[in-house]
Amino acid sequence: MRLLFLAALGLLFLMPYLWMISASLKPLDEIFRASLDLWPEGGGTLRNYARVLEHVPVLQYLWNGVVVCAGILFFQLLFAVPAGYAIAKLHFPGRDLLFGAVMLGLLVPYHVPALPLYVGFSALGMLNTYAALIAPSVISVFAIFLFRQFFKSLPDELIHAARIDGMGELSIVWRVILPNALPAATAFAIFSVVAHWNDLFWPLIVVSGADRATPALGVLTFRSEEAGDDFGALMAASVIMTAPLVLAFLLAQRRFVEGIATTGLKG
Amino acid sequence: MAGIVIGGVQKRFGDFQALRGVSLAVAPGEFVALVGPSGCGKTTLMRIVAGIERQDAGTIGIGGRDVGGLRAADRDVAMVFQSYALYPHLTVAENIAVPLTMRRLSAWQRLPLLGRFWPGARAARAAIAADAAQAARSLGLGAMLDRRPAQLSGGQRQRVALARAIVRSPRAFLMDEPLSNLDAALRVQTRREIVEIHRRVGATTLYVTHDQSEALTMADRVAVMLAGEILQVDSPARIYADPADLRVASFIGSPRINTLAAALRQDGAVTVAGTPMGLRASGEAGEATLALRPEDVRLDAHGPLAVQAEHLEFLGESTLLHARHAVLGTPIALRLPPGAAAPEGTFRLGFAPQRALVFGPDGRRRAAQALEAAHV
Amino acid sequence: MSETMALARPRLGAGGEALAGLMLCLPATLAYLLLLLLPTLAAVLLAFTDYELGAPALAWIGLGNFEELLGDQGFRIALRNTLVYVSIVAPVSIAGALALALLIEAAARGRALFRAVFFLPVVSLPVAMATAWQYLLHPTIGPVNAVLAQFGVAGPAWLTSSDTVLLSLAFIGIWEAIGFNLVLFLAGLTAIPRELHQAAEVDGVTSAWERFRLVTWPLLGPTTLFVVTITMIRAVRVFDSVAVLTQGGPNRASEVLLYTMYTEGFTFFRLGYSAAITLVFLAIVLALMLLQTKVLDKRVHYG
Repeated sequence: MRLLFLAALGLLFLMPYLWMISASLKPLDEIFRASLDLWPEGGGTLRNYARVLEHVPVLQYLWNGVVVCAGILFFQLLFAVPAGYAIAKLHFPGRDLLFGAVMLGLLVPYHVPALPLYVGFSALGMLNTYAALIAPSVISVFAIFLFRQFFKSLPDELIHAARIDGMGELSIVWRVILPNALPAATAFAIFSVVAHWNDLFWPLIVVSGADRATPALGVLTFRSEEAGDDFGALMAASVIMTAPLVLAFLLAQRRFVEGIATTGLKG
Repeated sequence: MAGIVIGGVQKRFGDFQALRGVSLAVAPGEFVALVGPSGCGKTTLMRIVAGIERQDAGTIGIGGRDVGGLRAADRDVAMVFQSYALYPHLTVAENIAVPLTMRRLSAWQRLPLLGRFWPGARAARAAIAADAAQAARSLGLGAMLDRRPAQLSGGQRQRVALARAIVRSPRAFLMDEPLSNLDAALRVQTRREIVEIHRRVGATTLYVTHDQSEALTMADRVAVMLAGEILQVDSPARIYADPADLRVASFIGSPRINTLAAALRQDGAVTVAGTPMGLRASGEAGEATLALRPEDVRLDAHGPLAVQAEHLEFLGESTLLHARHAVLGTPIALRLPPGAAAPEGTFRLGFAPQRALVFGPDGRRRAAQALEAAHV
Repeated sequence: MSETMALARPRLGAGGEALAGLMLCLPATLAYLLLLLLPTLAAVLLAFTDYELGAPALAWIGLGNFEELLGDQGFRIALRNTLVYVSIVAPVSIAGALALALLIEAAARGRALFRAVFFLPVVSLPVAMATAWQYLLHPTIGPVNAVLAQFGVAGPAWLTSSDTVLLSLAFIGIWEAIGFNLVLFLAGLTAIPRELHQAAEVDGVTSAWERFRLVTWPLLGPTTLFVVTITMIRAVRVFDSVAVLTQGGPNRASEVLLYTMYTEGFTFFRLGYSAAITLVFLAIVLALMLLQTKVLDKRVHYG
């Protein structure tokens, strides 16, 4: 009973994927016949994919996505791990003020500073650059908060022992804190990459044209400019752009689910 | 009041045989402690009796009725959990009232909001609240009825768990390490209180613990469990002085009982490292084990055991002298009375032969008796 | 005290530690000021000006933008649509996720598989999936209407009729949100001590409903509260599906807050006005968070 119900519902949930893949393999006239056969007649065609690869700089989009996500994640960790550690474990003037600022920052959705940031990048002539795509996201108060909570739960003895062993504060961060931060960093990395790979809002604002378009923006551009009602090609493009993250998820399901659940619950 | 009869219960988790055919009978009104090291299966057995877990084979009877097929709710037993398992969102009074609410009110009367207006609900709820308050007062919780578990100390939470158990006069009490989360002083006090409750209520009680002193001080009878088997069920005094199995003798008693590799001669005499011990034991000749409680060993210049002094352990009311058998190298501990001078170097030990325990190579007890004039 | 401190910090006095702390926080602090605090304050200030991109000057107009918002039919529709969208997506995706979580948690078989299936939309590119939905819901060639036609029902033009467009978007929103909520609920369910369920059994609870009422629901309280808040906030932020599928149409029937803010700001370049809409959006998000921490939090934590 339970399995049957879940299976039926699960199948319903997967419908968009099934039809997306099915349509991407069908020639246009078959799509327009609106047949209810999931399996394409005659085994399907890869012509849609060929057309997409020919007309759309797919690899450029994917590469842009990788550069943007990696860049964002790199700086987020670079800024957030030391700050999270310092706020959690060190005593220095202004610490409580900083933590207050972090908590305040958590309240503000990233859409709010978007307008002035756009004006700024526009004034600097930096629209359509990787920098414009990456910079606004490099500071993640959520990451600082997450790492602060995580380091708070590490025993003080660990740091005291390192000091007694003669390490300086920076080598403590590098040799003791970083290796121990790995589980939290993994969870956050998954959260961050999923969020920025999928984001449309900000790329739509600062990027026009294909050179710096991310996958999300690429699909949107392709849809509105070239494909129109060519659903076969559109679905093929969608499959290609969705695949990387979905495949990563299928390969590391537990990590993804745990990453999203832990970051979600602490956020 | 009802007895509990456990018959040949087996349970396996994957490859691990947790219970290997366990049988135990608890008489109506009796307090039986099930004691054993962690992982021996005692908690599993208790959960099976409660109906939380199902046995693979064997029977559970409560009050002469086979309850093997019944759900926990229908077995009419109360259980005190190690973590107390109080409902964190309910007050003390509400926590204690839960078992009554579930049994006395109909499903309709229990409905949220609407249930209050169901015929009879008001009177029934008032009676439940009165009974819950009564149970709380009997455990000294009268002033805390409106608090939540998080606002209580460990000892108070423990009492709430007890009150929730006694409030509906169940046919049997099951207690799973109820004291293990309390500090030492509170544990001793609560131990007394549980015995007091048992005396007052007189309910059949099965009490699981890994702490032998709890088992020995509280229970009418103690069941010693090791590796999924019950080795002996007896009164505390007999479990201590008259263990049926070497493992029971080793598990019960602190400091641990001394064990010496011994041999049984054809004529039945027991020897250690070739020296006769002044004892005769029954059974086949061959290897055996001689076991002596530390308080039964004494300094004796003519004693049969030659030992080497090692170190002293001051315990307050007595001093423990640790030594090694001069030939075997086996450790032997003995209690010195306060003020007694501690010997050094090599010296001899004796013991009261009627208190010595002899076990065969299978670990089973062998009957032994003193040999007259056997002193060497 | 001073002795142990000296032992614990052999290389650094309190001054060294303070210096290290400040240095470690410096990069983050600079980035925070430059990329978060400053722009946010600027956005707030912008909302009280008539700034337009490319305009030579800007003037302080006080509450002028907000007065205009009050009279702006488009904004009113966007606000109403957003609230309707949230009030459909949040309850359905939360209740659905909770029911699914209970079902999945009830037995071990298929747990990982179903969790993965329902979670899939969370990691799928929303723009691409919106496109897939557009095909599925296409009035003439879409499989959904083809199925309806088999039953003799003439399906509506889901995304192009003003009657159904918001409902269709909400359905897509539910499809996207349910997996996320499910994972949070599953995490909450595993955190409930098993002994509590067993105690309930011994206490006489026999039906699944009673067990849910006595143990699961109260102990899931903090999780549920969090899921409610985050789902509402995420739903208020609805943007991708609107931008891809409807651009607010037809006839503003799917105009939502963030999309209006986007078009005002980046299509018409009325940045001051757009900033005012952003502030309304921010106020809604803050109100939801306030509701969580100040009002409801006390009800679900039993400390």
